[in-house]
Amino acid sequence: MSYLRVVGLVAAKDLRTELRSREQAVSLLVFALLILVVFHFAFDVTVPDFTAFGPGMLWVAFTFSGVLALNHAFRIEREQDRIDGILSAPIDRSAFYLGKVLSTVIFMAAVEVVLVPLAAILFNRAFDGRLALTAAALLLNLVGFAAVGTLFAAVTTATRRSEMLLPLLLFPAAVPIALAAVRTTGHLLAGRPFERFAHWVWLSVAYDLIFLAVAVLLFDFAIDE
Amino acid sequence: MTGGASAPAVRLARVVRHYGGVAALDGVNLTVAAGESILLLGANGAGKTTLLRVLALLARPTAGDYLLFGEPTRRGGDRLEQRRRLGFLAHQSWLYEHLTAEENLRFHAGLHGLRPDGAAIEAALDAVGLPGRRADPVRTYSRGMQQRLALARVLLHRPDLLLLDEPFTGLDREGAGRLRALLKRHAAGRTLILATHDVAEALPLATRVVVLAGGRLVADRPTAGLTVAGVEALDRQGSPAPAAAGPWAAGPPTA
Amino acid sequence: MMPGMLERLLLLAATLLIPVAIRMAFVLAPTEGKMGEVQRIFYFHVPSAEMAFLGVGLSALFSVVYLYGRRRLVDVMAEAAAELGCLFCTIVLVTGPIWARPIWGVWWTGEVRLTSTLVLWLILVGYLLLRQSAADREQAARWGAIAAIVGALDMPIIYKSVEWWRGLHPKVLKISGGGGLDPVMGQALLVSSLAFLLLFAVLFMARVRLGLLEEEAESLARAVDRRAATAGGAPAGGVS
Repeated sequence: MSYLRVVGLVAAKDLRTELRSREQAVSLLVFALLILVVFHFAFDVTVPDFTAFGPGMLWVAFTFSGVLALNHAFRIEREQDRIDGILSAPIDRSAFYLGKVLSTVIFMAAVEVVLVPLAAILFNRAFDGRLALTAAALLLNLVGFAAVGTLFAAVTTATRRSEMLLPLLLFPAAVPIALAAVRTTGHLLAGRPFERFAHWVWLSVAYDLIFLAVAVLLFDFAIDE
Repeated sequence: MTGGASAPAVRLARVVRHYGGVAALDGVNLTVAAGESILLLGANGAGKTTLLRVLALLARPTAGDYLLFGEPTRRGGDRLEQRRRLGFLAHQSWLYEHLTAEENLRFHAGLHGLRPDGAAIEAALDAVGLPGRRADPVRTYSRGMQQRLALARVLLHRPDLLLLDEPFTGLDREGAGRLRALLKRHAAGRTLILATHDVAEALPLATRVVVLAGGRLVADRPTAGLTVAGVEALDRQGSPAPAAAGPWAAGPPTA
Repeated sequence: MMPGMLERLLLLAATLLIPVAIRMAFVLAPTEGKMGEVQRIFYFHVPSAEMAFLGVGLSALFSVVYLYGRRRLVDVMAEAAAELGCLFCTIVLVTGPIWARPIWGVWWTGEVRLTSTLVLWLILVGYLLLRQSAADREQAARWGAIAAIVGALDMPIIYKSVEWWRGLHPKVLKISGGGGLDPVMGQALLVSSLAFLLLFAVLFMARVRLGLLEEEAESLARAVDRRAATAGGAPAGGVS
């Protein structure tokens, strides 16, 4: 029970800090929006194309701003050596890891809530249930992204080349959920039945569970000294 | 109780710690009995911070043994229990500047499995001379206040071993004096290891002085009978020889 | 640290088998009907891919052992396996387009195995760069272990997801008319794979030996530095 308390404590601390400082929210949103705008100009996307382009474009927007969020999550702990406060506490460090994943996912969900409607508006796509399900599918895959990303970010933020290293490690590792996200949302936007893409959803769920478990086991080694 | 009442609080045997190929600690032997107050001296780069980090279980020794409260700190010891009994007031405050004092204290207390109520928080802040400041964000605090808040954070879980790394840095005379008075009060009944250059402030707190130089302890004696000047001489003893050549060998040029 | 008996035996075996494999690949194996002589690159392309996957798998295995026992030797082995995996992976990615271009007219076929190998290459490069960015050997070992374990666990999932992504995958490697592989081609592939495995083993042992020698050299250099420091810098009494 106290393990979950620690997870909640860490996530709550991150959320509270963000609410006060609003350091991240604006940068994540603006960055993701910028990517949409670039796509808008680069590909001249129109209504029927949104079903084709939308999934990939949204995934790119979220993963790139996701990298910003992951870097921020640990930079804030490295300042003032705050992470030492966490490391010297009598807690299971994997609880800290899960707390960080949780807060990152919540931030990404918040970005989604704003960005998916904005994308629909920018590309003249109707607001309907399928759009909402698309957001949910993206979130499912972003959990996996945050799971692996938090593990890697714990390590890369301790280096000088962190901006390059985190994407280099994370994007190849995240290939399965990138493909799953694009396929799932693509089928959803095109209105196809669940059976057509069910296997992708199960892949996402499996990926999320497997790598959350692996990261829980490995996190101590990532953050140790 | 673990380790038996007679077990020393801290026992380091031939502890070595490497960082990037350099031995920051190169064979440290130190035994500290429960209730002792150690003043840890040494030049910058001598390894004081590394030693404190090893003691605080933030860094693992590359070689050697560290027994904390009689229990091994490598495999086999109950790390969580050991961390519970430690308190580390580091060079940095570990405080989240956008959160209030109360939120910071609750967070760290929560990590220690504690759920202090409002009265307990207020009492903790009172004890370090910060009454009525619980709802203020930490970024409005001065350096001295942040240090005292950090001390409140450390004391909340009532640690048996207090480790302090240069706590007087950045404090003016008055602030340093206040901190010293607080430490004197709260270190009673606890084991204390304090690293600092501010010998004048720290000496009244200590029962024993150890000097670290080049990753090894080069002096270790009780403070009884030692003056501030004498201890400062010990501190310098640990300093490396000044560069033979070079324009600054005799100190900075006067205008 | 001179090569041991095992290493010498492996070197001998490799020296004997490699010419045999080359002869089988270029002379004894029949020319493929549709692809012609270019197809012979298959006997280097496929075993290289096998070694690349072997490399990442071994690296992950050694990484797990390292995290448990923290023995330097095991970490050197993990790094060696990953490096070799990366080397062979590069060979796959170079030979693939060389093979594909004359036959199918495209450099990159987007085929499942090739795409997965590209992702593997990125994972291995990430591993190597991560190790390089660590502050010291111990950190490099720990961090590398994490990257290797995640990478190796991920590979089957990556492969599956790319397979599904492509829908149906073209059967690029089953050639020679109807059903399976021509028996002589099959033998040539087997011998070639074995030769590559021996090559991997030889390179692996040499690389591990190199890694251990490097560590020894570093610790000697540190000892010399320390000796010089204590001899030259006597503690000053009462200066300043």
